[in-house]
Amino acid sequence: MNFKHKYFFLFPGLFVLIGILIFPIIFVVRLSLSGWNSYNPGLDYIGLENYIRLFTDDPRFWESFFRLSFLSVTTVILQYVIGFALAHMVWKDIKFKRFFRVLFLVPMMTTPVIMTVIWRTFFHESLGPVNDMLSVFGVAPKWLTDPVIAKFTVIIVEVWQWTPFMFLLLLAGLLSLPKEPFLAAAIDGASPVRKFIYVTFPLMAPISIGAIIIRLIEASKIMDTVYVLTSGGPGTSTETSSFYIFIKGLREFQMGYAASMSFTYLIIMIISLTIIAKVLTKVLLKE
Amino acid sequence: MDKLYIFLKYFFIVVWTVFVVAPFLWALTTSFKDFQSVNGGVTYIPWVDFEPNLEGWKVLIKSPAKGGVDIIEPYFNSMFVTCTASLISIILGTLSAYALSRYTFKAGFVKNNDITFFFISQRIMPPIVLSIPFFLFLSSINLLDSLTGLIVVYIVLLMPIAVWIMVDFFNKVPREIDETALIDGCNPYQAFLKVVLPNSIPGLIVAGMFCIIFGWIDFFFAFILTFTEVQLLPVKIVALNSSVTPWWSLSASALVSVAPLIIVAFIVERYLSKGNLSGAIK
Repeated sequence: MNFKHKYFFLFPGLFVLIGILIFPIIFVVRLSLSGWNSYNPGLDYIGLENYIRLFTDDPRFWESFFRLSFLSVTTVILQYVIGFALAHMVWKDIKFKRFFRVLFLVPMMTTPVIMTVIWRTFFHESLGPVNDMLSVFGVAPKWLTDPVIAKFTVIIVEVWQWTPFMFLLLLAGLLSLPKEPFLAAAIDGASPVRKFIYVTFPLMAPISIGAIIIRLIEASKIMDTVYVLTSGGPGTSTETSSFYIFIKGLREFQMGYAASMSFTYLIIMIISLTIIAKVLTKVLLKE
Repeated sequence: MDKLYIFLKYFFIVVWTVFVVAPFLWALTTSFKDFQSVNGGVTYIPWVDFEPNLEGWKVLIKSPAKGGVDIIEPYFNSMFVTCTASLISIILGTLSAYALSRYTFKAGFVKNNDITFFFISQRIMPPIVLSIPFFLFLSSINLLDSLTGLIVVYIVLLMPIAVWIMVDFFNKVPREIDETALIDGCNPYQAFLKVVLPNSIPGLIVAGMFCIIFGWIDFFFAFILTFTEVQLLPVKIVALNSSVTPWWSLSASALVSVAPLIIVAFIVERYLSKGNLSGAIK
């Protein structure tokens, strides 16, 4: 095929993307070396001061980072297990197959923050239906104001919102599997459990890795749900990295410091996601 | 054994269905309540538990001067931004994806896969990292609080999705069809427009649906980059969630905002059944 035409196809998209992104990224790095705050807006140069503060004097950032890791890993594992189970159930013929498929997709089509507002009323301690039903058992968990339970509320909402995405990716994968291995298993008289362990699961391994990585990337950005559901509270018990950076940068206007945090956060994100991808590939594709 | 499996299967499906539907049902009943029936205790069934009224729905179309919520303008803003950004992303993304699928690029150690990865890896970027420079940049060129500014930002969010889905889709469209078109005397652009594109409609629809979903559900950038001139739907609705929350109009507006995307769920399911999505995920 002709040589030079290819650039006309590739470059518009590539250059628009680079054009929009390159300056912000350079700017974040430059900003992180400045002391820009609300008293002193401007790109002065203070060297690595912000980074030194971040690494030696800000436990809150690291706490929020470990909290984020806990939240995203837990939600993604739950989403994977539930999503796989659901996809497996509506994969073969069951009654109302298409109805269930659409229904299970619906939560991911809804705007997370808007549904979170609904969830807030849902988990309201005195006026919400959850505690009303639980009052039969004589318990009334403080869904939004107890430091431990609030984390699980965030997890519940995230699982509700994003399991459909996992479900969609895994169902698409299941539907694309070749038929022969299943026929062979059926001829050998394998039980459903053995069929799943020895045929379905290994065949799904590459798709599973892809789906888990995609979801981890998205889950590592958890922020709007937290903002609406608990505003990071009570205290800082549900604060994630993004949310903390948001508070420092766009609430307290410590732009320089926030920029150094976001750059660090981005680097950590890239490194840890690469490691997770490598490990998952090794573990799941061993056989 | 088989009976137990089937029982568990349906049991699990029913439990999950209840979980999925519960917040919608709660929002639906709440939207017909008034101050009294929200604050008087938890009620579920209209007419039995509480007297339904339409106040929550009526305020949606009233003007703000008369105490209404006025979500109509944000609604159209949201639609306009989502659709424009999706369209631009799809056009640019499809062109790039076609190039990456059909031609080989090599610049030093950078090859096709690296360029594709560069596109897709933009999803890793946490929005917060971009928000601060975007905030300062858009304010310096007077695009803060405007639809144009938001569209520019959304292209960054959506183009990776379009490229991701379209590269895999084009890889499945046989090369022979463009080669035949070229032999028949088309130039590469005609071959792309007249032969390849018409054969890629399912891929384009799936990519379009994903762009619309991820554009429509974004809150963060709209929240940070717009204030009063331009408001998008999610920001407007979350703003209702203040100290004294009007649960009824909140629920009604939430349902209204969720409604259009339910159609997208049907379209995605349809193309999923036809097996068009599988290539994109591997």
